[in-house]
Amino acid sequence: MTRAALQALLSHWRRQPLQLATLLIGLALATALWSAVQAINAEARNSYDRAAVFFGGTDLQELQRRDGGPIPLATFTALRQAGWLVSPVVEGRIQRADQAIDVIGLEPFSAPPGTLPPEFAQLVQENPQAMLQDGGTGFVAPEMLADLAEVADLPLLRPAVSLPPGTLVADIGVAATLLDIPDQITRLVLAPEQPRRQPDLAEVAPDLVQQTRGAEGDIARLTDSFHLNLTAFGLLSFAVGLFIVHAAIGLSFEQRRGMFRTLRAVGLPLRRLLLLLLVELLVLACLAGAAGIALGYVIAGALLPDVAATLRGLYGASVSGDLSFRPLWALTGIGIAVLGTLVAAASGLWAVARMPLLASAQPRAWERTSARAIAVQAMAGVGLLIAGLLATVLFDGLIAGFALLGGLLMGAALCLPVVLRGLLSLAQGRARSIRAQWFWADTNQQLRGLSLALMALLLALATNIGVGTMVSSFRLTFLGWLDQRLASELYVTTRNEEEATRLRAFLDGRVDAVLPIWSVMADLNGAPGQVFGIVDHATYRDSWPMLEATPTVWDEVAGGAAVLINEQLARRAGYGLGDTLAVEPGWAFTVVGIYSDYGNPSGQAVIAIDQLIERHPDVPRLRYGLRIPPDQIDGLTAALVQDLGLEPGQITDQAAIKQVSVRVFEQTFSVTGALNVLTLSVAGFAIFTSLLTLASLRLPQLAPVWALGLTRATLARLELGRSLVLAAATFVVAVPTGLALAWALLAVVNVEAFGWRLPMHLFPGQWLRLFALALIAALLAAALPVRRLRRTAPAEFLKVFAHER
Amino acid sequence: MLIEARDVHKAYPVAGGAVQVLDGVSLSLAAGETLALTGESGSGKSTFLHLLGALDHVDQGDIVLNGQSIGALDDAGRAALRRDRIGLVFQQFNLIPSLCVADNLAFQARLADTADADWIATLTTRLGLDGLVRQYPEQLSGGQQQRVAIGRALAARPALVLADEPTGNLDEATAADVMDLILDLVRDTGAGLLMVTHSSAIAARMQRRVHLSAGRLA
Amino acid sequence: MNAKVLILLTLLWPVTLWAQGFAGLGSTADGFATPQRGTPFDFPTDHGAHPDYRIEWWYLTANLTGADGRDYGIQWTLFRSALAPETSQGWQDPQVWLGHVGLTTPDAHFTAERFARGGVGQAGVIADPFRAWIDEWAMQGSAGDGLNALTLSAQGDDFGYDLGLRADGPLVAQGQGGYSVKSAAGQASYYYSQPFYQIAGTLHLPGGPVEVTGQGWLDREWSSQPLAADQTGWDWISLHFDDGTKLMGFALRDDGAGYTSATWIAPDGKPTSYGDGALTLTPLETSEVAGRDVPTRWQVDLPDKGIAVTIDALNPQSWMGLSFPYWEGPVRIEGSHPGRGYLEMTGY
Repeated sequence: MTRAALQALLSHWRRQPLQLATLLIGLALATALWSAVQAINAEARNSYDRAAVFFGGTDLQELQRRDGGPIPLATFTALRQAGWLVSPVVEGRIQRADQAIDVIGLEPFSAPPGTLPPEFAQLVQENPQAMLQDGGTGFVAPEMLADLAEVADLPLLRPAVSLPPGTLVADIGVAATLLDIPDQITRLVLAPEQPRRQPDLAEVAPDLVQQTRGAEGDIARLTDSFHLNLTAFGLLSFAVGLFIVHAAIGLSFEQRRGMFRTLRAVGLPLRRLLLLLLVELLVLACLAGAAGIALGYVIAGALLPDVAATLRGLYGASVSGDLSFRPLWALTGIGIAVLGTLVAAASGLWAVARMPLLASAQPRAWERTSARAIAVQAMAGVGLLIAGLLATVLFDGLIAGFALLGGLLMGAALCLPVVLRGLLSLAQGRARSIRAQWFWADTNQQLRGLSLALMALLLALATNIGVGTMVSSFRLTFLGWLDQRLASELYVTTRNEEEATRLRAFLDGRVDAVLPIWSVMADLNGAPGQVFGIVDHATYRDSWPMLEATPTVWDEVAGGAAVLINEQLARRAGYGLGDTLAVEPGWAFTVVGIYSDYGNPSGQAVIAIDQLIERHPDVPRLRYGLRIPPDQIDGLTAALVQDLGLEPGQITDQAAIKQVSVRVFEQTFSVTGALNVLTLSVAGFAIFTSLLTLASLRLPQLAPVWALGLTRATLARLELGRSLVLAAATFVVAVPTGLALAWALLAVVNVEAFGWRLPMHLFPGQWLRLFALALIAALLAAALPVRRLRRTAPAEFLKVFAHER
Repeated sequence: MLIEARDVHKAYPVAGGAVQVLDGVSLSLAAGETLALTGESGSGKSTFLHLLGALDHVDQGDIVLNGQSIGALDDAGRAALRRDRIGLVFQQFNLIPSLCVADNLAFQARLADTADADWIATLTTRLGLDGLVRQYPEQLSGGQQQRVAIGRALAARPALVLADEPTGNLDEATAADVMDLILDLVRDTGAGLLMVTHSSAIAARMQRRVHLSAGRLA
Repeated sequence: MNAKVLILLTLLWPVTLWAQGFAGLGSTADGFATPQRGTPFDFPTDHGAHPDYRIEWWYLTANLTGADGRDYGIQWTLFRSALAPETSQGWQDPQVWLGHVGLTTPDAHFTAERFARGGVGQAGVIADPFRAWIDEWAMQGSAGDGLNALTLSAQGDDFGYDLGLRADGPLVAQGQGGYSVKSAAGQASYYYSQPFYQIAGTLHLPGGPVEVTGQGWLDREWSSQPLAADQTGWDWISLHFDDGTKLMGFALRDDGAGYTSATWIAPDGKPTSYGDGALTLTPLETSEVAGRDVPTRWQVDLPDKGIAVTIDALNPQSWMGLSFPYWEGPVRIEGSHPGRGYLEMTGY
C-alpha cells in the first residue's frame, strides 16, 4: 500500500518537472547562500581563533615601550634577572617577491605554556638544532607553503595549521635575523605565573608599560559587525529562498488535493499519507541541500578572497583566502535545508491533515483576501518598526543596530501588502474602462498569492538601496577625506634614527616643508591608541578633516595645552570640545577638535610636537611627510634613493597611497555588491515561482474573461503588465525602506561597529538602475507563465466550462 | 437567419487516434427563437455550443452568424465577436471573482463599449440583485451568482445567447426561477437563445428542441 | 611544557633516552670534547662553564635545621646543555640552560624550574668572581675567593630562600683525580665537589620566613657521554656523618648487576675512591610517589670503612615533578654512622 501510495504521490513530480525543478532550485539556492555565508564566517573565525590562540588569547599581559619603540635586549635581561618572567617577541614585516610576510619571532624556552604553535613546540622537542641553526626553521599556515616555495631568503619552512595566513613564526634568533634587528625586542609577554617577589616595573624598566594584549585581541570584537552583517545577508537570502520553496510545495499540495482525497478514499490512513509526504519532502530537501552545499561552497570560494581582503583592509585581520571543506558545515547545511523545507511545508501539511475526506478536490484557486488579515499583518509590521526604533533607544551596541535593521526590514515587509493594496485600490478607483478596472481589481486580488514573493522583492530591493546608499555615501566621504588627510606629496619612512637625521639634513632647503609623523602609544580611554605630535603648519590648517573644532583650534594646539582627537575616540569616550583628555597619568589636554579618521579601528590623539618630545624624548623620529611642488616629486624621489641611499620602498607618494586605499575600499565592498545581486536574483526567482504557481491556478479566472471577449494575447499582455506594476509598486515602497536602512547603517550600525558616522548622500541614479533591474526581474519572472498563457489552447480554457472537472 | 451551422465536424485527439465528437451537424436559429439542445453525456452538446460561441474552431463545415463566417475569423475577430454579439451562460457561473456584482454584470457590455446604464439598472432590478451590487461573487449563493451571469450575458444586448446547463448546479425551485428570468429577458431583448440541457422539463419550455446523439442531430 | 621535557631528556638525562632507543649520546659525541683521564683541574676556570662539553651542572643540596627545630632540605641546580660545542653572543647561542630548585619540609615539597638560552645574559656561569645564575636565581662568590663563600637565592611563586654558604674544608676530586667512571664500558665525566659548606640564612615558606642553619654539598660535573647504553637510571647519595666524614656514592642501574661507585671523604677532605662493587645500596622500603613506587628507605653498606647504615627520606614525597621528573630530597641516617644527607633517584 505504502509503495503504491508513494508511487502515486511521486508521479506528480514526473508530470510536473518544472515544479520539481523550482522546488529543488529554490531550496538549493536558499541553502547555497546561507551555507556560503556560514562557510565564510567559519573560515574567518577559524583564522581569528588561530590568531588568538597563537597570541595566547587576550588573557596574557605584556610589556611594551611607552613610545612604541623597540625594547633593548638589555632590558629583557634586566627584567629576567629581577624576577620578571617575560618572554621576548620580535615582530615585523618583510617583503619577499610580491608577498608581504608578517614575521614573528618567539623564544621557545621562556614562552608561557601554550603560546607556541604546536608544530613549533614539537620541533623544539625533537630537533632543537633545526630550530635555530643553519638558517633555522620557520612555520607558516599550510596554505602559504606553496606560495612561498620558490621564494628565496627564507628559513626552511614547515606547515603549522594553527597559524593565521600571512604570518611566519620562527625562533626569535631566526626572526631577528630575517628582520635585521639583532638587539631589539618588539614586546615582552608576561608569564601567567610570576615569582613571589619582584621589584616594581618602574624600578627595572621605567620605559615599559604593562597592558593586555592590544588591538589584535580586539579583532574578534571589531569584526563581529562584519560577520553579523554577512550572517544577516545569509539569513535574508535563506528567507527569500524559503518563499520559493513555500510556493512550490504549496502548489504541489494544491494540485494533489484530488489525489490525496482519492488515496484516502481507497483506504490510505491519514497518518500514513502525512508520513509519506514528509518522507517525500525530506528526500527532496536532502537532494536540494546537497546541491545547495556544493553551490554554497563554490560561492563561498569565489567570495572568500574578497572577504579576506575586506577584513584585512578594514581591521588588519588576517583571514585565509582558501576555503577548507568542513564536514560539520556540510551537515549543518543539509540540516538547514531540511528545516527550511519543513517550515515551508508546515502550512501545507497542516492543511492536508485537516482536509475532510470529502472535501472538494478542486484546487482553491483563489480566496478573497480578508482585509482584516492584511490589517493585522500591517499592524504587526508597524509594531516591528516601532520595536526596532525602540531597541536603539533602549539598548546600546551593535545588537541594537541590527535590531533596528531587522525591525525595519521585517516591518516594512509586513506592511507591504496593505500599502500595495492601497495603491492598487487608488488606481482601480481612477480606472475608466472596465478592462482597466478588472486589471487593477484582479491585480489587487492576486496580492495574496504574490505577497510573500513581493515581500522578498521588497527585502532585496530595500537592502540594495540601503547598502548601496551606505557604500556610495561612504565612498564619497572616504575619497574626500583621503584628499584632506593625505596632504603631503611624499611620505618617507627611515630605518633608524641615524638615517632620519641624514634625511632631515638632506631635505633642508629642498622641500617646502618636512612634517614629522611621530607617535607614541598610549592608553586612550582604556584602549590602546596612538598619540601623534604635529608641527604648526599650513598643511594642517588648510586640510585637516575636522568634524568639529573651536575657532582657534590650531593656535590652541600649537600653544601646547590642546589636543585633537579622532571621531572614534570622541564617540567611544563621549568627549566633546572643551573636555579634558588625560593622555597619560598627569599629562592632560583640552579637546579642541574632533576629526574624521576612517578605516582606523583605534583611538587617536594629536598634540603639539614639542609636547610629545618633552614627555617622550626618545620617541622614534622615523616618519615624515614632505611638501613639494608636484613637478619635483620624481626628482626628489630619485635623489633620495641615489644620494641618500634610501630603498624605493621607504618612499611612498600620495597618489600611490590613495590608489591603495581606494582599492582596499572597493575590495571591501565588492562582497556586499555580489550578495546584493544574488539576493535580487533569488527574489526574482521567488516571483517567478509564485507567478508560475498562480498561472496554473488562474486559468479558471481567466477563462471567463477570455470567453467574454478578450484575446489570449491581450490577457498575456495584461498579465505581464500586472507583474511589472507589482514590481514597480514594490519598488515605490522599497525606496523609503532602503533609505531608512541606509540611515540605520550610517548613523547607528557604523557608529557602533567602527566608531564613525558618515553623512548620507542620495544617489537617484542608482535607484533608477535598480528600478530597471526590478522591472527586468519581474518581466523575466512573468515571461514563462505569460508565454504559456499566450499559447494555452482554447481547449484548456474550455475545460473550465466543462461540466465535470 | 441569426446563426447557421453547416455540416459541422469536430474531433478531439486522444491517445491512439481521435474521437469524432460532431459528425456533420447542421442547424439554424432565427432571431428571437429559443432552442433546446439535448443529448446524452458525451454526445457533443457542449462542444457544439462552444463552436457556436466562437470559443473553438470547427474541423470541417462552417458556422455563420448574421451572415458572417466564424471560421474565417482570426483570434481577435472571434474575441470581438464573442464580446459584441454573444452572451454566454455557464453551468459553473464563471463570474470574475475579483470584481463586485455590479462590475461583473456590466463587464461584457463595458468591454464591448455598449454599456447602457438604464438597461443595466433594469437588468439588476429584474434579476433581483439591487441589494447585492457591492457584493463579491464568493459572497453570493449559486442562484444569485447565476443571475449575475445571466445579467452579464444580456447586458450588451447580444444577438445570440448561449447557455450551457445554466441550472445544472441549482436546486429545483431556484432553477425554475432562473429559467423564467432567462426566457423573459431573452424575449425582451429579441435575442436568439440556444440552451444545452438534459432536462426535459426545461427543454419543454423552448420553442424548438433538437437532440444530439453520437455526433449527429436526430 | 612538553617541548622542554625532551630537550632535557636529550641533553641532561640520557638514561631515559636510551630506554627509548635513542642513540644520541652513548655512541658518538658529535664534535664535543670528551673527558680524558689524568687531566688536572684548573681553578678557578673550571668553576665556570665548559661549552665544548655537551652537559654540565652546578648542583647544590643542603640539610638545614630551622629555628623552629624542624628539619629542612634545599636544592639549587643549574644545568647547562649544548646543542653544539660552541658559544656566542646573541640569540644564536646554542647553549641552553635549565634551573631546578627544591625546598623540602617534613610535610611539604616545593619545586620550581626555569629555562633560558645563552648568549643574551639570561643565564650563565662566570668562573671568577664566581657567579652562576638563571633569571633572578643566583649563586655568587667574590673575586679571587673561588667557591669558598657564596650567597644563594632562588624562588618560586610560593616559596624561596636566601642563604649564605661558607666552606670549612677543601674541594674534593671525585673518582680518579676528578675522572669519574660511570660504567664498566668506561663512560666518564669530570667530577669534583665542595661537601664542607656551613650554611645560614632564611627560608621563605607560605607560613612565613624561617631562619635556618645547616650543611651543604656542591657537586660540579661535566661530560659529553656520561652513561652506558643499557643504563636505566641511578640512585645517588651524599651523606654528612656526624663524625665529620662524608660519603658520596651512586649505583647506576642496568639490565645486569649495575655499577656502583663511591668516594669516602675524611674530615680533612682527603678522598678515598671506590670502584664498582665496594658500595652496596639496597632498597628496604618503597613509597608511592606521583603514581610510582620509589624506594625511600635504603640500606647503605661500605664494608671497607665499616659503614652499615639505613637512610630514610625526611619527606618521602620529595618528587621533582618538573619537565623531567625525579626524586630528590633530604634523608636521615641511622646505624653505624648517624647523620644526614641527600638522596637522588632517577629513572623510576
